[in-house]
Amino acid sequence: MKNRFFPNVRAVAMRELAGYFGSPVAYVFIVIFLLLCGFFTFSISRFFEAGQADLRGFFQWHPWIFLFLVPAVAMRLWSEERRTGTVELLLTLPITMAEAILGKFLAAWIFIAIALALTFPLVITVMVLGNPDLGAILAAYLGSLLLAGTYLAVGSMTSALTKNQVISFVLAVIICLFLVMAGWPPVTNALTGWAPRWALDVVAGFSVMTHFTSIERGVVDVRDLIYSFSMMFFMLYATGVLLKNRRAS
Amino acid sequence: MQDKPIFFLQRQGSPYAAAFQEDAMIKADHLTRFFGKNKVVNEVSFSIGKGEILGFLGPNGAGKSTTMRMLTGFIPPSSGTAVICGHDIRNHPLEVRRSIGYLPEAAPVYPDMTVQAFLEFIARVRGFSGREKKRVVDETIEKSFLPEVRRQTVGTLSKGYRQRVCFAQSILHDPPVLIMDEPTDGLDPNQKHEVRTMIREMGRNKAIILCTHILEEVEAVCSRAIIIARGAVVADDTPEGLKARSRSAGTVRVVVRSGPGFDPEADLKALQEVKDVVVLSRDGGRADLRVYPAGDPSETARGIMQGLDSARHTLESVYVESGRLDEVFRTITQA
Repeated sequence: MKNRFFPNVRAVAMRELAGYFGSPVAYVFIVIFLLLCGFFTFSISRFFEAGQADLRGFFQWHPWIFLFLVPAVAMRLWSEERRTGTVELLLTLPITMAEAILGKFLAAWIFIAIALALTFPLVITVMVLGNPDLGAILAAYLGSLLLAGTYLAVGSMTSALTKNQVISFVLAVIICLFLVMAGWPPVTNALTGWAPRWALDVVAGFSVMTHFTSIERGVVDVRDLIYSFSMMFFMLYATGVLLKNRRAS
Repeated sequence: MQDKPIFFLQRQGSPYAAAFQEDAMIKADHLTRFFGKNKVVNEVSFSIGKGEILGFLGPNGAGKSTTMRMLTGFIPPSSGTAVICGHDIRNHPLEVRRSIGYLPEAAPVYPDMTVQAFLEFIARVRGFSGREKKRVVDETIEKSFLPEVRRQTVGTLSKGYRQRVCFAQSILHDPPVLIMDEPTDGLDPNQKHEVRTMIREMGRNKAIILCTHILEEVEAVCSRAIIIARGAVVADDTPEGLKARSRSAGTVRVVVRSGPGFDPEADLKALQEVKDVVVLSRDGGRADLRVYPAGDPSETARGIMQGLDSARHTLESVYVESGRLDEVFRTITQA
């Protein structure tokens, strides 16, 4: 039987995506995301007053906006399937666990990518008003996408942990918060005085912030890409382990 | 299965294990499953060939669904294995799932999809595409009596329809093996009849396992029945064979109206074909009795019809009991 990896992943992802856009929740989510982005960019970062032809004031909020919105998308990934029993249907179809997990993850990621893409008016605005570095902006969008993917993978894992969507959401937020805080000056400063240099680097290395801020500045470092993809891989692998071991309930 | 030639293997361990036929489509081999320290499924073995419909009977919590989940690959066995259509469930789980249509106990379906979209998703995953996919989905919708609701969202359907949608996805790819866990659960009597007729139809060239605790379903549909209790197989026989084990099998049931002062029990006992009589109920002049025959039950029935004095008693009904499955079930599972 020929390799069915891509058709299967695609079938699962398409099903999931159709589910998102079939319900009003998706549209509400997108509107809230766009409103928050707008609010933070124009009112808090004071985009117009700052007079800079870049979108730093927009991108710098993504780790925090995603912190709450991405787990909200991820929380129903597996909790809902386990609650309604459709996980028993899905996992007895002739698809591998990896195809199922990847298909659902990609659907959620594409959904967030669509939400991000809908912020294009901001790019147009800054292009009309000034002469921005488009390369930096594109790099920053990539960084944002990878950031969302990382949070999403964490959310996928927490949703496989429990049938309760609220618990999944809270756990995902806590873990993602830890990932953000790990590289934050208050945390790194607390360690600077006494911890050895390598410990500092390891802790900071776990953080999404250190990787995100450098991409956000327009520098796409291979190490940041490796970080994102290995985090995603690890979390999705953990999702598989959890699903395998918790089938009986 | 007891009269198979001796060169077929007879597995040890379970005294009721059927001979393992070479042409069997489903061979379960000492399937065992622990949940923590609980042995939920205890060395279950059986063998089913094409054209057989096996009823998997047992009280709630006996381990029926867990056994089905092991066969379909949802839960891995703690020990033991099964071979379905030549593929081992531990080594080739994907091939096994391609040969199986599975209707899980909860009949799960994705509530946010339409019936059409749901079946198209299943068809896609099962390897159908393009025109063939459309054809197979249309055919399945017709076969499952779903055309009126094909554009309706599954979540808005009644339980009966949702069950039928899940049934449809299990037969969509025309698998050689069907595993159905409580397929008529929650359906009204008409729907039950429809589903059972469908299963009997399909049973002609498939191997089907029907998990149920509805005894009349086993009698209506199955060619074989396995009774499982506390995780282990306790009986493996045809429904008729099982019924014959009941204490009431072969007895003669008599309803008689007697004139005043006459005792049907005594008069029946006096007949030579009758060994013993038990009164089941008495209502004025009318008595419902169970007669234990001295020899052949039909001889006894004839004897009663000819021998009972018609001046004293009027026979309202006489019939030979073939046995009651619920009696056997109770005796075996509570042993």
